Amino acid sequence: MILELKNITMRFGGVTAIDNLSFGVKTGEIYGLIGPNGAGKTTLFNIVTRNYTQTEGEVIFNHEEISDLKPDMIVQRGIARTFQNIRLFKSMSVLENVLIGFHNQANYTYFESMFRLPRHFLFERKLKKEAMEMLERFGLVEFAEVNATSLSYGNQRKVEIARALATNPKLLLLDEPAAGMNPNETEDLSEIIRRIKDEFGLTILLIEHDMKFVNNMCDKVLVLDYGEEIFEGKPSDAIVNEKVIEAYLGDFKHA
Amino acid sequence: MKMVKISFLIISILFIWFAQNYIDPYALSILNNIAIFAILALSYNLINGVTGQFSLEPNGFVAIGAYITALFLISADTKVDMFALEDPAPIILAMSLDFLPALLVSGVVAAFVAFILSVPVFRVRGDYLAIVTLGFGFIIKILAINNPKYTNGAMGLNDIPEFSNLYWTGGIMILTMLAMLNIIYSKFGRAMKAIRDDEDAATAMGINTFWIKTYAFMTSAFFEGVGGGLLAALLTTISPDQFTFLLTFQLLIIIVLGGLGSMTGTMVGTILVIGGMEWLRFLDENMTIFGYETGAHPGMRMVVFAILLIIMMLFARKGIFQDKELTEIFKKGSK
Amino acid sequence: MDFSTFMQQMVNGISLGSMYALIAIGYTMVYGVLRLINFAHGDIMMVGAFVAYLANSAGVPFEISVVIAILAAMLTGILTDKIAYKPLRDAPKISLLITAIGISFFLENLFNVLFGGVPRAFAAPEYLTKILHLGSIVIPVTVIIVPVVTGLLLGITLLILNKTKYGMAIRSLAFDIPTVKLMGINADFIIMLVFAMGSALAAIGGIFYAISYPSIDPLMGILVGLKAFAAAVVGGIGSVTGAVLGGFILGFTEIVVVAFMPELGGYKDAFAFVFLILVLLFRPTGIMGQDLERSRF
Repeated sequence: MILELKNITMRFGGVTAIDNLSFGVKTGEIYGLIGPNGAGKTTLFNIVTRNYTQTEGEVIFNHEEISDLKPDMIVQRGIARTFQNIRLFKSMSVLENVLIGFHNQANYTYFESMFRLPRHFLFERKLKKEAMEMLERFGLVEFAEVNATSLSYGNQRKVEIARALATNPKLLLLDEPAAGMNPNETEDLSEIIRRIKDEFGLTILLIEHDMKFVNNMCDKVLVLDYGEEIFEGKPSDAIVNEKVIEAYLGDFKHA
Repeated sequence: MKMVKISFLIISILFIWFAQNYIDPYALSILNNIAIFAILALSYNLINGVTGQFSLEPNGFVAIGAYITALFLISADTKVDMFALEDPAPIILAMSLDFLPALLVSGVVAAFVAFILSVPVFRVRGDYLAIVTLGFGFIIKILAINNPKYTNGAMGLNDIPEFSNLYWTGGIMILTMLAMLNIIYSKFGRAMKAIRDDEDAATAMGINTFWIKTYAFMTSAFFEGVGGGLLAALLTTISPDQFTFLLTFQLLIIIVLGGLGSMTGTMVGTILVIGGMEWLRFLDENMTIFGYETGAHPGMRMVVFAILLIIMMLFARKGIFQDKELTEIFKKGSK
Repeated sequence: MDFSTFMQQMVNGISLGSMYALIAIGYTMVYGVLRLINFAHGDIMMVGAFVAYLANSAGVPFEISVVIAILAAMLTGILTDKIAYKPLRDAPKISLLITAIGISFFLENLFNVLFGGVPRAFAAPEYLTKILHLGSIVIPVTVIIVPVVTGLLLGITLLILNKTKYGMAIRSLAFDIPTVKLMGINADFIIMLVFAMGSALAAIGGIFYAISYPSIDPLMGILVGLKAFAAAVVGGIGSVTGAVLGGFILGFTEIVVVAFMPELGGYKDAFAFVFLILVLLFRPTGIMGQDLERSRF
């Protein structure tokens, strides 16, 4: 188990967003979190990344209780994330966005860069090279100097994943990676995710609505409804599970 | 690009040498003013423009720097004569340093005070930095007035040896510019911009936003302290009333006009605002319009500048250079 | 210190605290709905006090001058929002803060140019400046009137916030603007209402201030505004009762510390700052505050 959540409860004011939830993700797995809107999936992500502090329960990553860590420490432990609504740094180029991901791997100090000492150049050169290699993996080299937010939606998603990978994670959290993509782009993305998973030895936890994508990608899924677990198991079993169907139908009725 | 930078550097140095030796005193005083304001505005832009944390600190740190440098430069005998309200404290009498180390100590002390302010402010997200730094300016003034043993109270300090000239002010201005650019084009500068663009996303990249903001704030404070020292040794007399919010406001106008986040823009902004302040001097004076005497209106220029600031924010928020440097604009153009 | 001096300091503290409270409410309400430190708020208070003074010196009866002053402050507040803040609702936060400081600086210097920087004596009618002798305690009548009026105004404000549909809208706006738009409430109208209420209270606070420290000048709003903001943070930014509580705590401290330790008199204006730093260090949400930073993901 690379990630274990034990008896997590999250309350906002009087509202219970997540109710006594436990699950674990095995190393090397692609694990899907699905469920209707407002089921608490993104809240769960924010608990893992420590943007939220759960009301009750434990979060264990790599055999370490991480509930007391700050969000930036989590990244250094090896958890990286993407956001549901792509959040690239809008004043920066694609290359710079990816370079930000390498931030903690540049071991020069503030003074070394202020006085332009040799170590500054050493690490900057190394990082630029690694960042360009990362862009190459995603087929984004030609956009390196282009402002990141001027890219197509699909390519922005790729930049965001590249940026997260640059932090050298063991566990990658993807919040609706295929949202807003056409079937071709989704196919392309699935391939990339599988490839980087093998290449970097990643474990992936993802939120997604596109059931075909989930079915295709995930080894295991957890279905949430109103902050409670209603199913855990293979994606192919999930889509024939009565409770799951009911939850989704309920969602359609509401919408 | 390297050639452009080096030629800029050589031209600036030649210009400083020429101006110091051949220009009339009035023009020289304006150039000194521009150089000092540029030092202050460049460093102010690092925390406001590059890091995107709205701060109103310069007047406080300039005051710290000015007092420390002045106390280091004035001789013990002069201090004994000058301190009228209370005898100077022994440590004040013992303070004595050459100009350069005095400036450095001023900067380091200002940076240290900035660190102390960082702890309460940057732990909380939000915009308390502005109000805390605004209050800080008052605190410095209150401390200066209430501790005559150290500061000669409301009477201030005078007879400060006039060490500053265009070599000092212009030279340190160039160094400040280089330091700022070096920071911007490093992982620290990228992290600062990332915080400005989207703090949550920056944190999600493993950036410790507290330290990056603190670095930016301390760096600003350091150069503002040094700038304060230069100012004291230029004016030769300082008092607690001198370092008011007006100073900070002028710097704010400069960085907004030049472009928040652009250091080359800040240079242009400094020249425009300091030049404009001189040119608009008539607004504060008595005017005769169609035979009607307007009377002297001290503060009229500030009304104009306040309106200018508001109009800039409403209609041209990004300033002249946006957040780009001149070199980047060249690069874009040549493509 | 004997009992009567002690009592006298107490009532002075309550009176000063009331003024801070009245001004702090405007800060806290605007921050609640816009997450904006309205730097111009202290200057709107100054506008209120100045207009009351100008109207009164022009021969308008004091009571009517007060009404005119309140209206003028409300208008200034609303115009500030409409001209300077509303066009920037979707802009980066820093743009709004810069405009706010611009408006503040504009008002200060405009009044400085128009009326000069010399402090002017603020003349109030006799019934407000009388001195009462209660046994050995000597107190100006304002010291009683100020807290009473403040209490009344606070009651009305809380009533509006908690019992009317506009109050509900203001409170829901404090948590999430888009939802309110979905509810079919005109957010801009509600924001205007917030500026109007805050400015009116600030004008009254300013007039009280002018009567108690009987002089006004164009820069009076800076320091008082800064203190009132600190009071709002101490009480918990976004909370009206918190702002009042913070105002009283600050007012009391200023009076009491100086009374007991006169050697600290020169540092009176620094207390607010010390409070602000302490609260940020140990309880950033203030005494009554909720965490307004959440609900951002």
